[in-house]
Amino acid sequence: MHAGIIFLLVIIGSVLFHIFTPWYWTDIASNWGGMDDTITLTFWVGGGVFVAVCLFMIYCVFRYSHKEDRRAEYKPEDKKLEKILTWATTLGVAALLAPGLIIWNQYVNVPKNAIEVDVMAWQWGWQYRLPGADGKLGTTQVRNIADNNPFGINPDDPFGRDDIMVESDVINLENNRPVKILLRSVDVLHNWYVPQFRAKMDAVPGTVTFYWFEPNKVGEYEVLCAEYCGVGHYAMRGGVEVQDKADYEVWLSEQETFEQLSARYEKLNVDGNKLAKK
Amino acid sequence: MSDEYDNNKSYKAQSSEVMDGSTGSINPDIDYVRPAEVGEQDLYHGHSFIEKWVFCQDAKVIGVQYFLTAVFTGIVGLILSWLMRLQLGFPELAGFMTAEHYYQFVTMHGMIMVVYFLTALFLGGFGNYLIPLMVGARDMVFPYVNMLSFWMFFVAVAVLMASFFVPGGPTGAGWTLYPPQTILEGTPGSGMGILLMLISLSLFVIGFTMGGLNYMITILQARTRGMTLMRMPLTVWGIFTATVLAMLAFPALLVSAIMMTLDKVLQTSFFMPTILKAGEVLEYGGGSPILFQHLFWFFGHPEVYIVALPAFGIVSDLISVHARKNIFGYRMMVWAIVGIGGLSFFVWAHHMYVSGMNPWFGFFFATTTLIIAVPTAMKVYNWILTLWRGNIRINTVMLWCLGFIVTFVNGGITGIFLGNVSVDVPLSDTYFVIAHFHMVMGIAPLMVIMGAVYHWFPLVAGKMLHEGLGKWHFWITFLGAYSIYFPMHYLGFIGVPRRYFEMYDSPYMTSAVGMNEFISIAAFIVGAAQFILVFNIIKTLKTGKKAEQNPWKANSLEWYTSTVPPEHGNFGERLPVVHRWPYDFSVPGAKDDFIPQTTAPSEVIHTEVEKT
Repeated sequence: MHAGIIFLLVIIGSVLFHIFTPWYWTDIASNWGGMDDTITLTFWVGGGVFVAVCLFMIYCVFRYSHKEDRRAEYKPEDKKLEKILTWATTLGVAALLAPGLIIWNQYVNVPKNAIEVDVMAWQWGWQYRLPGADGKLGTTQVRNIADNNPFGINPDDPFGRDDIMVESDVINLENNRPVKILLRSVDVLHNWYVPQFRAKMDAVPGTVTFYWFEPNKVGEYEVLCAEYCGVGHYAMRGGVEVQDKADYEVWLSEQETFEQLSARYEKLNVDGNKLAKK
Repeated sequence: MSDEYDNNKSYKAQSSEVMDGSTGSINPDIDYVRPAEVGEQDLYHGHSFIEKWVFCQDAKVIGVQYFLTAVFTGIVGLILSWLMRLQLGFPELAGFMTAEHYYQFVTMHGMIMVVYFLTALFLGGFGNYLIPLMVGARDMVFPYVNMLSFWMFFVAVAVLMASFFVPGGPTGAGWTLYPPQTILEGTPGSGMGILLMLISLSLFVIGFTMGGLNYMITILQARTRGMTLMRMPLTVWGIFTATVLAMLAFPALLVSAIMMTLDKVLQTSFFMPTILKAGEVLEYGGGSPILFQHLFWFFGHPEVYIVALPAFGIVSDLISVHARKNIFGYRMMVWAIVGIGGLSFFVWAHHMYVSGMNPWFGFFFATTTLIIAVPTAMKVYNWILTLWRGNIRINTVMLWCLGFIVTFVNGGITGIFLGNVSVDVPLSDTYFVIAHFHMVMGIAPLMVIMGAVYHWFPLVAGKMLHEGLGKWHFWITFLGAYSIYFPMHYLGFIGVPRRYFEMYDSPYMTSAVGMNEFISIAAFIVGAAQFILVFNIIKTLKTGKKAEQNPWKANSLEWYTSTVPPEHGNFGERLPVVHRWPYDFSVPGAKDDFIPQTTAPSEVIHTEVEKT
């Protein structure tokens, strides 16, 4: 009965692979441990069902392989068995769904004390903006985007003046402080994804999307684009540096506001004009 | 007509009685079958080579035409997958390949395999060949439209393949064709390539609608006497439900293709918001990229079941025949197929949990998605319960079925990960997704296709495929495909995003270099193993053993045709009359371990058949 044996080896191999795999998730660095836990739970339940179904199938292959003198059982239906299986499956599925929905509920409800980070994506790179002292981001429009206004902030919006412009593809975050990532794109779909934070969401041109997390490990992380965005997709990387409060404050104080940036460009312009006149 | 078959004789004798208006001669009460309400269909028999083999109206020839064309596209898709795996596993050997090429191959591989290979093969190929035979009809109800359906598909394939040769090459937007990038410069094939893709898809939908009308109406209106809906083989149920899904889902694809064509050609803004590209604001504004995703997945998710349901149906029949046992819980199986089909229209946005749609949708779509797991699980239970206490022939056909169960359950379980909204968040857009959908809607249906080829080849060609070659083909394919996709899930856990041309400059991704090489080697071997089947078919056609009629001792009508292979019109002078479901295997008291659907109750009076 070689067929049954090979199938059996495949199932045993799968289980051993799962136990001894060197490839597993990266060390988590955010509050979304619940996602990992739900995955683990689903692995136990789902993996158990997979192994049970396959072992039963293999048992049948061994036990009931063809013999000329034997007849199969004739039993078109077994209402009771079908009912038991239906309800057991329904319960199992509900048990997996419940934690999934509970965590989703946390995912879509952003804590009030979360700091907003505006992530703007383009082919192929990232830019960041933080609210200034007023705690509010200025409104934006794609049409306003220019060298002296990389985010397209509406010049008339008073909330925009003190917005902090991070002129780098690396954003610094404060450890243990929830972050609401606001995603925008000026051209195509992108997705700002740090595997260690687990969370992700697409950036969609024409609208602002969001998600949140709370980084809880100081360190440097790589940002990947997780939504196909053209030939540069695989190379569209950025960075995150999670810092303690003190370090973060220092970094924050070194960043330029929108007002300062505009002033700098105006000066450049004036200087440029002077040069041209000379 | 062949009179070698006892069963044929009996139904002939009996049906002639009923045709005369009187009831059955042997035992009028228990053998009664309602007389036909309408006369028989007139068939147009081809006179020339072209009418018989090219513009042919015989559903069986059309089925083979569909099958061969779909297989051709499948081979193109396979070669593209080799090139992709070469780049991912051994980039130093793939120096000729740019990122543009890679993304074009990814896109064309996906679209070809899902639409032009799997859908066309199951519905156009198996559907055309098997529906009239299995329901006891002489042909499809609209043979001429059916012929047009194939040729429309053929043109769609030609247009699709032409896109490889136009300036800029085929589209490289990913098979999901998400705007805005699909039609923006910077995406490969954003000129002619995408236009040809959209035209080809539109032609496919038009052609498919012609075929789909035939499948549905033939099944509803042209079943032979006694073939009640609940006596139909599950193959027919699967294809029927899939066709209904396709007729409802494909219009969404057609609409989105038309709207995108307008966005591309006339600069309308259905899916295009204000866009800044290379420092310039483009002449678009106000459109919604997410609207396209809703339309696409409103088609795209039922599409998964358009492929899966025929596979479910076919595998049920194969398992039952080769386990010599009735399919366990037939009625549950039928309702599960119909239920899954219905539910499949309420789950589409589970492809969009992290798309930026209103996140509150997540609750609804996670719930509906996990509900669908229940009827699906019931089907799996019923397959293995059919094996239980069976008398299982471990032949090539059965091996493919067992391979299907393993890969389908594996892929189904990972579907519960991805359907469960918050679990999807870390896994979405990673290799876990690739592993999941290849296992569940690539490998699993492919296992069924292969099983079906080995099962029905004796009917189509009148010769038995070589068993030994078949087993090698199976084991290399099954073990190879499993070792491609099982480890791939773990790439997803690491966090490796999909659709990456290169990926080795992140520390945790570097650890996967070895696995990528292994997966690529497995992919080369599995792909090459498919040519064992090609060789087997050629060898069998030349020198193979002639098949006896009904070599598997099956009950369904396709094995009880007047000639093998069946001629145009299928059933000789008189259509068969059906007295039972196709699953009367190993009935206590019966002489043989099978009772054909055409056997009247009075012929097997001493058996303990349950009323079916």
